[in-house]
Amino acid sequence: MRAWFFTEDAYPYLPDEDSYESIRVNLPNKHFDPSTGADLYHMYLDMWCAADEMGLNIMNNEHHQTATCMVPAAPIMLGILARETKNARLLILGNPVANRSQPVRVAEEMALIDVLSKGRLECGFVRGVPYESAPANVFPYRGTEKLWEAHDLITKAWTTHDGPFNFEGRWFHARQVNIWPRPYQQPHPPVWVTMGSAGSAEQVAQRGHIGAVFLAGYPRIRDIFEGYRKGYTEAHGTEMPIDRLAYCAMICVGNTEQEGLDGAEKLLWYMSSNKVPPQYSNPPGYHPPAVAATMMRGDSSGTGLPTSTTLSEQMARGNVFAGTPDQVYDQIKKFYDYCGGFGNLMMMSQAGFMTFDETLASMKLFSEEVYPRLKELTASYDPGQMRETQASLPDVENVDISTLASEFVR
Amino acid sequence: MASETSTVVSLHGVDVPLVRRGAGPPVLVLHGGEGPLDGLPFTESLSSNFELLHPTHPGFDGTPIPEHFDNLQDLVFLYLDLIDSLDLHDAILMGFSMGGWLATEIAVMNTGRFSKLVLVDSVGIKPGGPFDRDVADVFASSAEELLKATWHDRSLAPDHAAMSDEAMQIVAANRVAHGLYTWEPYMHNPKLRYRLHRIDIPTLLVWGENDGIVSADYGAALRDLIPGASLSVIPEAGHHPHIEQPEQFAARFLEFANG
Repeated sequence: MRAWFFTEDAYPYLPDEDSYESIRVNLPNKHFDPSTGADLYHMYLDMWCAADEMGLNIMNNEHHQTATCMVPAAPIMLGILARETKNARLLILGNPVANRSQPVRVAEEMALIDVLSKGRLECGFVRGVPYESAPANVFPYRGTEKLWEAHDLITKAWTTHDGPFNFEGRWFHARQVNIWPRPYQQPHPPVWVTMGSAGSAEQVAQRGHIGAVFLAGYPRIRDIFEGYRKGYTEAHGTEMPIDRLAYCAMICVGNTEQEGLDGAEKLLWYMSSNKVPPQYSNPPGYHPPAVAATMMRGDSSGTGLPTSTTLSEQMARGNVFAGTPDQVYDQIKKFYDYCGGFGNLMMMSQAGFMTFDETLASMKLFSEEVYPRLKELTASYDPGQMRETQASLPDVENVDISTLASEFVR
Repeated sequence: MASETSTVVSLHGVDVPLVRRGAGPPVLVLHGGEGPLDGLPFTESLSSNFELLHPTHPGFDGTPIPEHFDNLQDLVFLYLDLIDSLDLHDAILMGFSMGGWLATEIAVMNTGRFSKLVLVDSVGIKPGGPFDRDVADVFASSAEELLKATWHDRSLAPDHAAMSDEAMQIVAANRVAHGLYTWEPYMHNPKLRYRLHRIDIPTLLVWGENDGIVSADYGAALRDLIPGASLSVIPEAGHHPHIEQPEQFAARFLEFANG
């Protein structure tokens, strides 16, 4: 198992939430104090550097026009980490390539980070959440098609070393593509793509990339991972290596159960602060009409109100693992067995008002007392045995998946 | 109610549902982002004197978006095919909102099959500068803002809460098609204003006085760019004067059509 420390770099110092319509897209940036923001950037970079020192890997991402994530250009932060860190793999998950007009520029940015870090880049591609549609001014319909076309152009740019080529696709055009630098890793950095359904998982599996799932929890994880495993075997004729799957959950480890749960409560800021009205959470063409219709009616997260969520619900769903090291290991192991295993654990271990010291204490406990056991777990992965284990565990059907949760599953 | 025939016209792999209602000179009715207009009271009164031809744009009313469709230009060429297929002569071309833009694009190409052009609260041009909000950003507006901008009398607005799931899904799918045809450049073609001089048939612009989506001032700017066009503003109406003031609307249409 490889563990990836992740924080979304929130700017949590906001006015009363009744005073604004949305935390995303239209929240005026007068609420962003640059001096406070500078301190936060340094704090987040220090956390990532601490992750490197503890033997954890690093994951970062980007969002636009939102207080939930202060980083609108993940490659810039990753460029700093390429220089500041020594050992950690550097995962960007990911580049919102369906929303970026120049895939070749993305190929260049990623190649630069890969070279600077001497081959530590892991490059993710994502379609992006619905609220990104307005800031990017991209009509979200056919976003998946755009993602794959950008992917094809970027991987071709990374792997072409004998002079330029031209690209005339449906969504993107490029002339005389011949990037400098080329990637450090050959043939190119490992690629990750997010997936939210068995169908999207199959597309990732066919290409052999790492398939990443966010907060799908017990209700949906089996379906998605099974879609990947099936697609992988069909496309490649072999069992899927376990390092091809990744799961992201919120994780807090404490010296006592209560300490872990208290920290996890703070992580829920990620969900509870996500006040977004339907015009941003439901741009035309993002969701299938059945989902869009529900949101237009004002049901579920379409009301624009933050989803009320309790820690116990989120833990039951498999979205949060929290408690003592033993408890956290047991929760992850249970989920791991239930879904058939995964080789990458993305840990959302800081959110909202969780302090630097609190975050590092949890990370330290994780890296010293949980991580070694997880590494053993994946080292002993056996596909046949796993199928038996999985078959002995009945489907968990007690937890529903709200529209809000489905929005994070990609 | 006037006689009605529903058919599907197949155009090189794209099926276009077409409702024909009434008898008389043909009027090709191009709907806007809310979807087909057939059956509204104003169509009933017009169909005693005219044959109204109501095609449904691909993506609306539960129809699929063709794989190769990207923007309004795809609709323009589809309708050039439709117009040939129907062999229209001396027809009135009438478009509403986005359908007005579509009608205008068709008219600047060739008015040969049309006698008159009617544009209702139409989009399609950009009168202002880059920072001017010429057409309300309907895809970034709240439901409340949209109601306020669209209607003079909001009690006439469709009640989403009362709709069946199936009807609501059609509303949601219509919104996808609307986005496909209008997203960028938003609700306009930058080239269109330089082609409007080609419109050589009598043109009437009808506008709701209180339209908050695309204002009557925008209507005046559009009128000034189309040779000989006139603008008729209907009081106590928003973006849908044909729904809010159907009698007024029909009267102005008939006066122009028969004049």
